Amino acid sequence: MIRYLIRRLLWAVVLFIAVTFVTYVIFFLVPANPAQAAAGQSATPQKIREVEEFLGLDKPFYVQYGKFLWRLVTEGSMGQSFQTRQSVNGEIFRAAPITASLVFGAFVMILSLAIPLGIFSALRPRSLLDRAAMIYVLIGISLPSFWIGLILSYIVGFKLGWTPISGYCEVFSVPEAASCGGLFDWAYHMILPCLTLAIVVAGSYVRFVRAEVMETLSQDYVRTARAKGAPEHTVIRTHVLRNAMLPVVTMVGMDIGLLLGGAIFIEAVFGLNGLGGTAIESIGRFDLPTLQGVVIFGAIAIILFSLLVDILYAWIDPRIRLT
Amino acid sequence: MSSQPLLEVRDLRTEFHTDDGIVGAVDGVSFTVQSGQVLGIVGESGSGKSVTCLTVMGLNDPKFARSTGEVLFRGEDLLKAPRSRLRDIRGNEIAMIFQDPMTSLNPVHKVGRQLQEAVLLHKDVTRKQARDRALELLKAVGIPRAERRIDDYPHQFSGGMRQRVMIAMALVNDPDLIIADEPTTALDVTTQAQILALIKRVQDDFGSAVIMITHDLGVVAETADDVIVMYAGRIAERAPVRAVFNEPRHPYTWGLMGSLPRLDVIVDRLYQIPGQPPSLLRPPSGCRFHPRCAYAMPVCREVEPQLEIAAGDPAHQQACHLDEQTKAREAANLVATLAGAPT
Amino acid sequence: MSAGEELLVVEDLRKHFPVTRGIVFQKEIASVKAVDGVSFSLHEGETLGIVGESGCGKSTLVRCVLKLLEPTSGTILYQGRDITKLSRKEMRPLRRNMMMVFQDPYASLNARKRVGFIIGEALELHDIGTPAERKRRVQELLEVVGLNPEHYNRFPHEFSGGQRQRIGVARALAVNPKLIFCDEPVSALDVSVQAQILNLLKDLQREFGLTYVFIAHDLNVVRHISDRVMVMYLGKAVEVASRDELYVHPKHPYTGALLSAVPLPNPEAGRARKHVVLEGDVPNPINPPSACNFHPRCPRFHEGHCDVETPPLAPIADEHLVACHYPLERWPMNIGDRTPQAVESAT
Repeated sequence: MIRYLIRRLLWAVVLFIAVTFVTYVIFFLVPANPAQAAAGQSATPQKIREVEEFLGLDKPFYVQYGKFLWRLVTEGSMGQSFQTRQSVNGEIFRAAPITASLVFGAFVMILSLAIPLGIFSALRPRSLLDRAAMIYVLIGISLPSFWIGLILSYIVGFKLGWTPISGYCEVFSVPEAASCGGLFDWAYHMILPCLTLAIVVAGSYVRFVRAEVMETLSQDYVRTARAKGAPEHTVIRTHVLRNAMLPVVTMVGMDIGLLLGGAIFIEAVFGLNGLGGTAIESIGRFDLPTLQGVVIFGAIAIILFSLLVDILYAWIDPRIRLT
Repeated sequence: MSSQPLLEVRDLRTEFHTDDGIVGAVDGVSFTVQSGQVLGIVGESGSGKSVTCLTVMGLNDPKFARSTGEVLFRGEDLLKAPRSRLRDIRGNEIAMIFQDPMTSLNPVHKVGRQLQEAVLLHKDVTRKQARDRALELLKAVGIPRAERRIDDYPHQFSGGMRQRVMIAMALVNDPDLIIADEPTTALDVTTQAQILALIKRVQDDFGSAVIMITHDLGVVAETADDVIVMYAGRIAERAPVRAVFNEPRHPYTWGLMGSLPRLDVIVDRLYQIPGQPPSLLRPPSGCRFHPRCAYAMPVCREVEPQLEIAAGDPAHQQACHLDEQTKAREAANLVATLAGAPT
Repeated sequence: MSAGEELLVVEDLRKHFPVTRGIVFQKEIASVKAVDGVSFSLHEGETLGIVGESGCGKSTLVRCVLKLLEPTSGTILYQGRDITKLSRKEMRPLRRNMMMVFQDPYASLNARKRVGFIIGEALELHDIGTPAERKRRVQELLEVVGLNPEHYNRFPHEFSGGQRQRIGVARALAVNPKLIFCDEPVSALDVSVQAQILNLLKDLQREFGLTYVFIAHDLNVVRHISDRVMVMYLGKAVEVASRDELYVHPKHPYTGALLSAVPLPNPEAGRARKHVVLEGDVPNPINPPSACNFHPRCPRFHEGHCDVETPPLAPIADEHLVACHYPLERWPMNIGDRTPQAVESAT
């Protein structure tokens, strides 16, 4: 097991280098001038050159990449934004909790909805409930996330006034100038965005859980459990769930990792300045360090979560644990 | 000899309502099992042998299966019993062993826990007592180092060992009837010998009756007291085991026996039954075996043969329109052929 | 049955699957000795039956001989020519002569291809005949195996298990091979259909002069179809003899155990038999027992000899080879034939 973990971590490092390298390369291939963007619209060519030199953009590609890696490893710092000269680390650590709130909050909703719904659908296929669930799934998958977000924020937020329309509230260390703060405000503001993301993603989970449960129900060991005289609820709880949830665990881990990289549309609709919003901004401004920061965070998130999922899987499934 | 049979099945019919139509998997099956007796049910795929026993246990999917007839277990009709009563009986008074030991145990739970569950479902004892009972049974079925292996997972056992675990699980509440559905088909021949010996020992020690479902005539010959030969959902022939092998009276039984390659008899060409087992969606009319039968007569296509006494022995019955003389002659020929080409 | 020329000679074939460990650099710490030194020869026109239980290596052996797997060591001579080290490209023209029929009639046919294509594919790959000639050949083959030539355009799922197996046989016959390997071709079939396929295989052998290697775990089936039989245990051949010799005068205790374990469809004889019931399970091929790998379960085990010195596969009678220090003297075995050490180690 330890051997396995070490090997995974080594691979993670390799992956990490590959991801940052490719990001750098793409940035350099884009025909744009970050120095120009940083210097401003009205800058003279000479000013632009000065900015270039200041930002180190005149050096060759591999020198820049090398400096970046070195600084990352020795100082743990991802540099400073070309635009704002703020530390990228700071920017990322500000934005990450926002995206994290969105993603984790959404997943709590997703799993509480999708798992029971998926199980009931599997137990009563072709019933009214099942057909209604499948229709919902189709709608959820087909409609764009921002459209759902806009509709919801219009109806629920604006017309009905039940929730705020946009904005994010800090839970801890609320800044002086903030208009809201604390746990309750935070939750209140996150309801609609999380719900939107949940509606979009839950659809595929319902289908997935349904398929897995149906597959498990047809397994021989479920028949053995019934032959032992187990009541149906015991059969489901003890024999079906644990086996059926294995693939779901994998999917959840992967999806969380992916979404942490930035649920861009939803952040835009609800005015949440999380990683998604930050990424879009930095692309527009050709702000390589910030963009690189978001990419790195996203990569780390995915790698970490897939590792976590593998460990969890091994813990749940003894066949993997003991070989 | 006790008067009331342990299990009496009367005119059992089970249909499955599928998208393609109604499949008549079991079509008028009747038999009895006495306490402590071994009944062998022989048939190929589609014969209905497994469905019959799943119906007895009430394990068919209620969404698709409909059964009529009577299944009297100690006089109580299981087909009319409420589901809770069936659950009481399953794993308790009637236990079942399935074919594939690789997939019949839950892979994520320890073996001991699965055995414990079998006890706790039916007996009001503590977990410790249930575990002790589980350990006792694991030893009884011959699992070496049972104290350690009780906490192992199914995938850590070999196929033969897993089947022993299944047997232990079936025995844990001292059932009166054990239904074994092809318990050795998925196992190697030497393991099969071990498991059959174990089942025999269990039957002797615990006194349970056994229904042994199999397609292997050899297994039936060596373990059963009485035999039912099933074809396409109906009983073709029913007799005590020696009678089936020494005086078979149904063309299908002749076909089965003649088409077996055997250790004790060498032939150049095996007798082959032409065609394949029929679809049960649209089964043949009259006698379901008639399209493949070398002795088919016009009446066979029209009238379903009923089970009638054969060879003057009330315990021996067969369902075939052929006259008694032809049957006797053909049976004698077959037995002579099988006995007369020695090794 | 006359023995023709030597078609296939296999010498000391081994196939080991490495078991590795290590974080970055995989180091081999053990190996699964699936086939561990098997030798046999095959003559034209005969049927060699290979029998053994799961894990004995019979399927792996055949796949190595066909070069579907690369052997770890040993030699394979086909018609006198060493094919062991041939590359895939060099093997291609030879594959015309060595075809295979598989066990699972449901998995071994591509469900998305029509039957005509399945049977004729080899003809196309080896560039035999024009498309019209190929089609005619396929229809001919369908008839030969007892199917309707008009079903040329049907899909596998439209056929029953037995019919699909006939398609598999037709596929193997298409290129007129000399040698056909049958890997448990009737295990997945009902008894009544099994007889049809066995008869078909025998008829085809007579008609086309085929040579068969027939793998099965069912001793009855092997007896019916083979001329000679090889018994395998845990990667090694333990006994090789003509069919009648093996079944009437088995010499290896394992063969004896196999024979006595087969249930006889004869109530009196079956129950009267004294079974040699082996204790325990087949051991793990990663860690086989020392010397003779049957010794822990053998009723004739002699301590100090059987677990120290590996018995070679040597002739004990005319054309009868056995790998045992203490072969059976008589069959059926008596209680007195069991050694005290064997009885002791079993309890």
